[in-house]
Amino acid sequence: MPESPAVETHGLSKHYGDVHALRDVDLRAETGSVFGLLGPNGAGKTTAVRILTTLLQPDGGTARVAGFDVVKQAAQVRERIGLAGQYAAVDENLSGFENLEMVGRLYHLGPRASRERSRELLEDFQLAADGDRLVGTYSGGMRRRLDLAAALVARPPLLFLDEPTTGLDLRSRLGLWEAIEQLVAEGTTVVLTTQYLDEADRLAERIAVIDQGRVIAEGTPRELKEQIGGDRLEVQLCPGADGEAAVSALAGVADGRPELVDGLVRVPLRERSGAITAAVRRLDEAGVRIDDIALREPTLDDVFLQLTGHHVEQDDEPAER
Amino acid sequence: MNAVTDTLVLAKRSLLRIRRQPDLLVGFTVQPVMFVLLFVYVFGGAIETPGLEYADFLIPGIIVQSMVFGGFVTALGLADDLKKGLMDRFRSLPMSRSAVLTGRTLADVFSNVVQLVVMIGVGLLVGFSFKTGVLEIVAGILLLLLIGYAFSWVFAFIGLTASSAEAANAFGFTVLFPMTFVSSAFVPVESMPSWLEVVAENNPFTKMVNAARALFLDTPAGNDVWLAVLWSLAIVAVFAPLSAWRYRRAIRR
Ligand SMILES: Nc1ncnc2c1ncn2[C@@H]1O[C@H](COP(=O)(O)OP(=O)(O)OP(=O)(O)O)[C@@H](O)[C@H]1O
Ligand SMILES: [Mg+2]
Repeated sequence: MPESPAVETHGLSKHYGDVHALRDVDLRAETGSVFGLLGPNGAGKTTAVRILTTLLQPDGGTARVAGFDVVKQAAQVRERIGLAGQYAAVDENLSGFENLEMVGRLYHLGPRASRERSRELLEDFQLAADGDRLVGTYSGGMRRRLDLAAALVARPPLLFLDEPTTGLDLRSRLGLWEAIEQLVAEGTTVVLTTQYLDEADRLAERIAVIDQGRVIAEGTPRELKEQIGGDRLEVQLCPGADGEAAVSALAGVADGRPELVDGLVRVPLRERSGAITAAVRRLDEAGVRIDDIALREPTLDDVFLQLTGHHVEQDDEPAER
Repeated sequence: MNAVTDTLVLAKRSLLRIRRQPDLLVGFTVQPVMFVLLFVYVFGGAIETPGLEYADFLIPGIIVQSMVFGGFVTALGLADDLKKGLMDRFRSLPMSRSAVLTGRTLADVFSNVVQLVVMIGVGLLVGFSFKTGVLEIVAGILLLLLIGYAFSWVFAFIGLTASSAEAANAFGFTVLFPMTFVSSAFVPVESMPSWLEVVAENNPFTKMVNAARALFLDTPAGNDVWLAVLWSLAIVAVFAPLSAWRYRRAIRR
């Protein structure tokens, strides 16, 4: 029997009043893979995750998770998934250990297995030393790790992570990425949402980009980046330098035409290696003085600009709950 | 079977939480104790209670009042859980839906036992004494716990309906609190103006207080014990489904 996809949706829709949080969304995530849902604030990522994890009912369309319908077979879905939501859902008045133990009991693991699994997870997520402390005293990063641990208590084959690293510092972010990669290596299927292309790029095998409730692109990270032209070089000219001369000098290293805005030249690249050296040499030969030069990877904003013609809207940061 | 385990697990969670925030329970125990002292020593001398010492008259009434308000922990806790997104965790687990409510109300029974012990202890110190046999006393204690359990469901409903823990608090103290005073708990209803006496006489709270008195002090019971049991069961029968309905609505945001 062929394995059913981890997630399969057809025409999924959800609206709040006249806000269309999801419109006609078709997604497919294969079992054994990491699927990324990439989008800016308000794109509909959390709405999608809440529907897929049976917390919210769709207005239209269908969604199957691990082969079960999220509306009609919600109980079967819940037995197979783990969820770490956008806001850590942990009880601040319990210790880290008590939180995990409670979740274990609610998955019906039994008292002893719940305790053992809780200790194991605290160890895995570097929380062993703080396991008996009240979660109310944990830092944001520690809460996130505990929340992820809670999602893993019953070793679910399918894991949903809603913006797992938003708001974390670089070190915690890397730590969490490694933890997720470890899970994937052990065979867990992961569906994650993120606002960051680099995160989707590093973790996901396939990405769906969503904006204003619609899927606007779908593919592997490589395909998406190729679609938007890959890396680029940014050259900041000295005040008074000849912009046109710079553009024609850089045309030789560019993949397409460099664009000049306010003394900043953006150069789409064909080949990353050697680009800086070549650019500096050519600019020097042309007698153009530069202030700064840097390689930049495409960001979510670039993907957006390319796909929608508008920049990522600078929405307010999601309110902490 | 799972529903029972889930209820116990979540009741344990509420109790752990009380241990961690003892001020919650202290608040609900110290306040009635203050009331006992105030009523016995400040107002007691001015209140006529024919056939009974005032301490004897007061203690069953004030214990009923403290049982009624013991459910407050449930209202505050549920209002808090809804705000904090912890419900999402529970709802994504393959657990019994209703356990979130039954766990809380069960935990109240345990904290009510603590309250009851404190109140009876303080009562004995200020001059209260039981005038009935062990069987009646035990029946009286069980009735008090049943009353407390019934009102936990009222508070569950309030906690799930109010927009915040503060709003739940305000509602409890502006509606329920006065209701407990227009009853036989603190003064004989005969001492009230006749229109109010009618209200007090028919207040379910009066039936409950009279029932507790009958079981602890051997006062004439009439039908009050059965009426108190019936009222408690009726409150559960109405407010448990109402709470379940509010809960389903509250989480389907
Ligand atoms: N309960 C709700 N009531 C009304 N509107 C809502 C509700 N939940 C979400 N929305 C709206 O639906 C849209 C999608 O929201 P959603 O939370 O799914 O976005 P998101 O991609 O998760 O955003 P973020 O990155 O900020 O978390 C937004 O416009 C949001 O304002
Ligand atoms: Mg979100």
